[in-house]
Amino acid sequence: MKTVFERPKSLQDVKTHYCPGCTHGIVHRLVAEIMDELQIREETIGVCPVGCSVLAYNYFNCDMQQAAHGRAPAVATGIKRVLPDKVVFTYQGDGDLASIGTAEIIHAAARGENITVVFINNAIYGMTGGQMAPTTLVGQKTQTSPYGRDPKSAGYPIKMSEMLATLNGAGYIARVSVHDIKNINRAKRCIKKAFETQINKQGFSMVEVLSTCPTNWGMHPLDALKWLEENMIPCYPLGEYKTPGEVK
Amino acid sequence: MKKVVFDEERCKGCELCTTVCPKNIIVMDTKRINSQGFHPATVKDEDQEKCIACANCAKRCPDLVISVYRPE
Amino acid sequence: MKILMKGNEAIGEAAIRAGCRFFFGYPITPQSELPAYLARKFPEVGGTFLQAESEIAAINMVYGAAGAGARVMTSSSSPGISLKQEGISYIAGAELPCVIVNIARGGPGLGDIQPAQSDYFQATKGGGHGDYKLIVLAPASVQEIVDLVMDAFDLADLYRNPVMIIGDGALGQMMEPVEFKERKKIKLPPKDWTTTGMMGRKQNLINTLDLDPEGLERHNLKLKKKYDEIKKKEQRCEVIDCDDAEVIVVAYGTAARVVQTAQKRLRKEGVKVGIIRPITLWPFPEKTIKQYRDKVDSFLTVEMSTGQMVEDVELAVGGKAPVYFYGRTGGMIPTPGEITREVKKLASGGCK
Repeated sequence: MKTVFERPKSLQDVKTHYCPGCTHGIVHRLVAEIMDELQIREETIGVCPVGCSVLAYNYFNCDMQQAAHGRAPAVATGIKRVLPDKVVFTYQGDGDLASIGTAEIIHAAARGENITVVFINNAIYGMTGGQMAPTTLVGQKTQTSPYGRDPKSAGYPIKMSEMLATLNGAGYIARVSVHDIKNINRAKRCIKKAFETQINKQGFSMVEVLSTCPTNWGMHPLDALKWLEENMIPCYPLGEYKTPGEVK
Repeated sequence: MKKVVFDEERCKGCELCTTVCPKNIIVMDTKRINSQGFHPATVKDEDQEKCIACANCAKRCPDLVISVYRPE
Repeated sequence: MKILMKGNEAIGEAAIRAGCRFFFGYPITPQSELPAYLARKFPEVGGTFLQAESEIAAINMVYGAAGAGARVMTSSSSPGISLKQEGISYIAGAELPCVIVNIARGGPGLGDIQPAQSDYFQATKGGGHGDYKLIVLAPASVQEIVDLVMDAFDLADLYRNPVMIIGDGALGQMMEPVEFKERKKIKLPPKDWTTTGMMGRKQNLINTLDLDPEGLERHNLKLKKKYDEIKKKEQRCEVIDCDDAEVIVVAYGTAARVVQTAQKRLRKEGVKVGIIRPITLWPFPEKTIKQYRDKVDSFLTVEMSTGQMVEDVELAVGGKAPVYFYGRTGGMIPTPGEITREVKKLASGGCK
């Protein structure tokens, strides 16, 4: 029998703590498959800041550093400057990257830091129990926007991919989703391009992955994927916002 | 040898795999629960040969429950 | 061979000679000459200078670089050091070696840029969260800056712990002749724990998270054992004319320089006064103070603050003798005359 699909070597053979149907698990697998395919697992250092995915050091089968909330791009910068020939990636949530960590992500991109950022946007703070995030949609109900996010007091969703694509240091910026098989395959292609951008020293790379949070959205995992498609994508259009060699 | 194998102890019963199988052979085994207390997803033995090993289910599973094989 | 160097720049040169090749900083008066120096000099020695977007980013870059095995330094001044506190707690928790320089200034808040010692508590009692300690070295001259910076990198690697050099604008901005003496190489533990890519070995992990309280307690007790060892082995201070002293003045850094001037004058006038100058603020040199607490009439602590180290002096003296305090704060520096006046109050107050 020929193996068509099995656990990538770059994922440890352990159960994860993620909630049932949480798409973190899918994105972890995509990153791990890419590390296998590019044969970089033993040359890679991952940085996981505070958030649901802080425990990713138990799941990725490579050297890892756990970072303070919002500071993964800075930690990754420190690592990459010391080890310029190694592959360095961060795996960050939207509360981490688009809120407390906005300065770090913007300046890592502005510096053209040769790191790859996997940015999970599920429009909410997951680990702490479902609070509003800068990526929470207008009208979306959360623990801290119980009547729906009101722009008059809580402003509007931040579109990180579009923002970072304006920076010359950014080599590859894309926004993808994992709500169906077609998009999962596309997400993998884009994440691979991001890692290749780093390996080819073409500057900062980031893939924003629209993801679900069934538990804190209060939905069945399948309904959550549908909600993502119908509500998040209109606010966060998918696509490649910056590709290497593109003169901006 | 089975074409699609479920590591049922890892399944969290999220059902994401059940809606992407072109042959609609993935079901939740509601007659039992695994050690985590979830009904595991599965493919009945008699349906195994219907599987075309497209691995959609495996790609959709957040917990690496599913391995897929194809006869040589 | 001695060369005339500005304090801030001497720190940079000493770091280079100690093998530091990574510096992450941010502009803030009165330490900005240090990043500027390394921005000029690092390229000549293959070093990496990076001005971060904030002190918070800088300390987290230090975390990453130290975790990747580099000798790495950052520097700032009081408000900037406050911003770095969470990062410092992480670095101590993950047992990462690095050197953090605080060229302190008047506070609180924005304060001013004049010399001050009001960061003593922050440095020695922990400005960040959790049970952790920094080794804190307090130079009082540009030569001592050089010597202590080079010691700092060895101590950091020896104990896998962050080390702070604490000075102030006076020390940072003054120029004095310095010599880069040959140093004997000390045996340092191998850095087999760094995240350099697995390359055949098991995963290395730099981490401070442990949701299991028993695990975290074990880790805390392991850190405590290290801190106790440092306390036992690394206490350093300078003792001047204390054997026959009736009054001992305890002061460090710039304040100690002023006290030394006053002490010389007083001795000429026959006043039996000595000085204990802590060089390690942590571990605090309690052993030395305990040697003299039964022999002196009183202690006078002089600080450029409203009194912080005085509490450690009181702890060390343990009630065996009165401990007095004199300080100027907000960036003011005490004058020798003020110190002379304060000591005479104590010395003449004695019944002899």
